[in-house]
Amino acid sequence: MSKDKLMKPQKPVGIVGYGAYVPRYRLPASEVARMWTGGSGGVPIQEKAVNGLDEDVVTMSIEAARNALKRARINPQDSRAVWVGSESHPYAVKPSSTIVAEAIGAVPHTQAADWEFACKAGTEAMQAAIAFVGSGMAQYALSIGMDTAQGRPGDALEYTAAAGGAALLIGPAAEAVALIHGSYSFVTDTPDFWRRAHANYPSHGDRFTGEPAYFKHIMGAAQALMEAVGRTPADYQWAVFHQPNAKFPQRVAKMLGFAPEQIAPGLLSPRIGNTYSGSTMIGLTAILDVAEPGDRILMVSYGSGAGSDAFDLEVTERLLAVRHLAPSTETYISRRTVIDYATYTRFRDKLKMS
Amino acid sequence: MEVSRHWRLQTQRYSLVGETCDTCGVKLFPPRDVCLECEAPAKELYTFTGVGEIFSYTTIYEAPAGFEHTTPYMIALIKLEEGPLVTAQLTDVDQEEVYVGMPVEMVTRKLRTEGEEGVIIYGYKFRPAVETAVQ
Repeated sequence: MSKDKLMKPQKPVGIVGYGAYVPRYRLPASEVARMWTGGSGGVPIQEKAVNGLDEDVVTMSIEAARNALKRARINPQDSRAVWVGSESHPYAVKPSSTIVAEAIGAVPHTQAADWEFACKAGTEAMQAAIAFVGSGMAQYALSIGMDTAQGRPGDALEYTAAAGGAALLIGPAAEAVALIHGSYSFVTDTPDFWRRAHANYPSHGDRFTGEPAYFKHIMGAAQALMEAVGRTPADYQWAVFHQPNAKFPQRVAKMLGFAPEQIAPGLLSPRIGNTYSGSTMIGLTAILDVAEPGDRILMVSYGSGAGSDAFDLEVTERLLAVRHLAPSTETYISRRTVIDYATYTRFRDKLKMS
Repeated sequence: MEVSRHWRLQTQRYSLVGETCDTCGVKLFPPRDVCLECEAPAKELYTFTGVGEIFSYTTIYEAPAGFEHTTPYMIALIKLEEGPLVTAQLTDVDQEEVYVGMPVEMVTRKLRTEGEEGVIIYGYKFRPAVETAVQ
């Protein structure tokens, strides 16, 4: 059954350029614990990436997009879409994507839109870009997953809600650094995490976020995709799953039959936190930074609400020629300045000024 | 509200778009349509690489309206590799790191907002070149 539901475009497509972005600041989880638990108890990650005062989803998307364009070596005017997936768009009404498109020089002959589906908004945009290119409607389409995630002070998610993401330029297979052999989506109405209009912080269903939400959807999408393309975990050199913390992606990898080495290069959450819409995509850029031609990659996102998009990728020779044309994901992760909780509250606009 | 003024300037501010002189080849920023060197018309748009070095700098503690929430911050004269000097904020940098001749690169950042409900104004700033920042 899942073979019929494999989402495969008519024309072969792939990722022709990729770019990551992680802001400079890091909040150690121990700082959050110091503030709210007296420093006792375990923490879900080591530290998370925090955007500076002058950064938001627009500025971060612009940098990731510029990196993707540097690697793709195309004229931005040739991209027929600029799509930004996020749950932290700076405006409630006014697209982030038009500002990004203007800044990278893609306007005016392009599509632009903002996408939202909790943490999988970026991979939704990626699937749409695959369809845009794969149907012949566009030569290239840019998909971005980027967030400056909101964590309620004192809440469990404050340890992990982070800033960062990646841009993936989709184009014809002949120019690809990684071919996309197909994708698969798996979605149900699951109220594990939400944020109502005008609310500053999200709410969540505590333990409900695990089994019926994250694990069910990632397993559902991953297993159906692998069945549809006739592959098993052993056929993939690398895998990357959405990373709300350090534990979940490692556990789902094990449940699916992947070894720790297969997810190691893309497992970034211990060092940058959960970058929400950016999480799976920046895990992929970290893998592309080390992958070799011929490597197969399984990529599975997860967005609360809930659903997963799974992708089957294969690295090409072209990757080696363009990898060095923009800063690696690791370069951004290594560029780190530790901040304390007080600085964090200022950077994230949590101080009452009047 | 000065939405139209910001809109007119956004191309040059977002991506450092200036002009180049067809007659003598000089690159101009900001765009001004007449070459400063040979006085010929200069209307060909040119997107600067954004690579340059710090020519001079200072730190702002008493900021003008709209920038109060970001003090202290640094302002610098940046000597672009194509020639022009540009005044801009520095970002992603600690005061004690900055020196004359420091290699920097352009990034597009939030400059300020028009209050709680107004537009968000984006534009160029400069930061230490990322590839060298981690070494």
